[in-house]
Amino acid sequence: MEDFGTAFAIALRLIGSGDPALLGIVRLSLAVSAAAVLLAALVGLPLGALLAVARFPGRRAVIVALNALMGLPPVVAGLAIYLLLSRSGPLGGLGLLFTPAAMVLAQAVLIAPILAALSRQVLAAMWEEYAEQLRSFGAGPWRAVPTLLRDGRFALATVLLAGFGRASAEVGAVMIVGGNIEGFTRVMTTAIALETAKGDLPLALALGAVLMAIVLAVNAAVQLLRDAAARRAA
Amino acid sequence: MLLRPPGATGGAAEGPRCASILPLRVAGLRYAAGGQKILRGVDFTIAAGLPTLVVGPNGAGKSVLLRLLHGLLVPQAGRVAWAAPPEEARRRQAMVFQRPVMLRRSALANVAYPLALAGLPRTERAARARAALARVGLAHLAERPARRLSGGEQQRLALARAAALAPEVLFLDEPTANLDPAATRAVEAIVRDIAAAGTKVVMTSHDLAQARRLAGDVLFLHRGRVVEHAPAERFFAAPRAPEAAAFLRGELLA
Amino acid sequence: MRRALPRRAALGLCLAGLAPPAGAQPRSVLLASTTSTEQSGLFRHLLPLFTRQTGIAVRVVALGTGQALDVARRGDADAVLVHDPEAEARFVAEGHGIGRRAVMRNDFVLVGPAADPARIAGMRDAAAALRRIAAARAPFVSRGDRSGTHGAELALWRAAGLDPAAAARDGRWYRALGQGMGPTLNAAAAQEAYVLSDRGTWLAFRNRGTLRLLVEGDPRLRNPYSVILVNPARHPHVRHADARALADWLVSPEGQRAIADYRIGGEPLFLPDALPEADGQPP
Ligand SMILES: Nc1ncnc2c1ncn2[C@@H]1O[C@H](COP(=O)(O)OP(=O)(O)O)[C@@H](O)[C@H]1O
Ligand SMILES: [Mg+2]
Repeated sequence: MEDFGTAFAIALRLIGSGDPALLGIVRLSLAVSAAAVLLAALVGLPLGALLAVARFPGRRAVIVALNALMGLPPVVAGLAIYLLLSRSGPLGGLGLLFTPAAMVLAQAVLIAPILAALSRQVLAAMWEEYAEQLRSFGAGPWRAVPTLLRDGRFALATVLLAGFGRASAEVGAVMIVGGNIEGFTRVMTTAIALETAKGDLPLALALGAVLMAIVLAVNAAVQLLRDAAARRAA
Repeated sequence: MLLRPPGATGGAAEGPRCASILPLRVAGLRYAAGGQKILRGVDFTIAAGLPTLVVGPNGAGKSVLLRLLHGLLVPQAGRVAWAAPPEEARRRQAMVFQRPVMLRRSALANVAYPLALAGLPRTERAARARAALARVGLAHLAERPARRLSGGEQQRLALARAAALAPEVLFLDEPTANLDPAATRAVEAIVRDIAAAGTKVVMTSHDLAQARRLAGDVLFLHRGRVVEHAPAERFFAAPRAPEAAAFLRGELLA
Repeated sequence: MRRALPRRAALGLCLAGLAPPAGAQPRSVLLASTTSTEQSGLFRHLLPLFTRQTGIAVRVVALGTGQALDVARRGDADAVLVHDPEAEARFVAEGHGIGRRAVMRNDFVLVGPAADPARIAGMRDAAAALRRIAAARAPFVSRGDRSGTHGAELALWRAAGLDPAAAARDGRWYRALGQGMGPTLNAAAAQEAYVLSDRGTWLAFRNRGTLRLLVEGDPRLRNPYSVILVNPARHPHVRHADARALADWLVSPEGQRAIADYRIGGEPLFLPDALPEADGQPP
């Protein structure tokens, strides 16, 4: 209990101090995870919508594959991206290894299946309601996808938040492809891992509390915006 | 002028337009689902003119018939033959469902949506959607989320949405089923306007008084069969089929 | 598709936000190094001095020595600073590295629980201490991660005439973790086990629990660090000139003084070890 008390006190002091190094880490964590969510959403949401709408051979296989990918160990994803982006790998020429862009890619790969699977669930319910009406309007499945994404945007905001939470909690993959470089690719989770490794458990726990506070704040902000927008829209 | 006569000025979907997609000839139509024969061989022809009312007790198969005609269901046997190629016939008809689906958007956006699908340029869409809303008396609710309108307002919005397409044929499935008398009167007035503007209305109803008020001809459906198809006046004065007569006397409920 | 545009613009903004501010750090070197140097806090003391002088930012990826050399082998680093003489020699012999120079050293220490069940406290002979631990079958945790420290530990077991691989098979007392120095020390603290640590990480380590420094000063516990440049002939994209500038600075009188100045609780963590003639082999 004493440890938690110490950690909590340190967390408060950290937040209060506005330490520029900590702020940098927080900013990078938010930017990397937000970019990863956007990148993953560009692929995951249309895929989820398509799976909700279209019936095609192999659809079940895609759904099973998505569910399996949701369980992809982050370290494995990180390793695969490491080998891709390494100078000796196929995409080495881009020089992206050990940069924030590599971390965005890793997190996006990890959460895209989650976004696709969750959005499929959300949109399948909506499609059940919309299908006949849209067919009457002459809209095929391809045209229905953007319609569902638009009309489902408030429910999808929650899906994106789930992806953001998972992305910002991730440590294994970003450690491998980002390298946890101080001031450049160090994010909250890798900083926590580092302090744990150094045996500074109270500081690690305090950083964990800060991370929780950030994720909580982002969630609250998005939910508030969402509710306000939902009240104004449909 | 409330609505464009479809034959004269063209519907929402521009393009080559032959004379008419009517008459609609239906022959030997059968449909079964869930192990139940819902339509058991239906034949009739619908021509341009005053509204055709599909009348019959609950469960007779009216909604299924409308979906088959509109092309949303595929019959197990029989044909739904328009006087135009199926693609074009499809473009020149619209349907309002018994429980209309309101998109999660404003009333105006609900009307504009099918116009966009029909390829109407963006600039024309808003004007046309606003005009359609005005015709059903919803201009003041244009920006309101459609799903927060009352039942009667939603039904009028659904009518405006379908009518804005200026279809040649409009299918209406029980448009007043759950409405109070005032809302019912409003909807009927709109239906009359739409018909007067030249759109062929094909509408189901289990309400005989409503059928009397609107119908040019009546298709009486009972247990999956067309038992009688006659001009409205004749039908209500002297029904030939015993089931129709019983229904008119208020005896036949299923 | 119109709707996709603002979203794409937002993504672009986001990615732009990730890029380092243009012009602020035009030059940088990627240094693959070991957890011991990073976690001891040395780099935080040392590298800003270099950056201030040269304008070259140093990005450190801290791994075990074996992994650090692997990263460099793939061409993903510009230079390495590591501590495993045998592995370093192989790295240079394979043609991956050039200009290997000794930079500094510290030493390893044997750490264990205050209760000291194997009774090794105060011994001067590290190999004999390991023999006692083995005889007592007292818990011992090993890095087990191909790091420089792991290599030194294995060499020490060999000097003691014991085979840790067999020990790992036969019993529960020898535990190879496959972890960095910090996590290994955490595990030792939790299990009241003996462990070989580099002095720097031990001094900087906070979660000691009952662990105490028990054995030090054996010449076999010396721990030399070298800097090696990744061979630009092998990996043409490396920032060779800037990497060389870093290596030159580390062995310069100024860099050496900065290394000597780094202390925790008054104790120096690393002893400058560069030879006067810069291109010589490490001792
Ligand atoms: N998809 C379906 N599966 C099974 N039964 C159906 C289906 N659709 C309609 N039915 C049945 O067909 C009959 C006719 O339905 P419907 O056309 O909705 O009647 P109504 O004349 O009241 O509109 C009813 O008994 C209904 O339960
Ligand atoms: Mg019905």
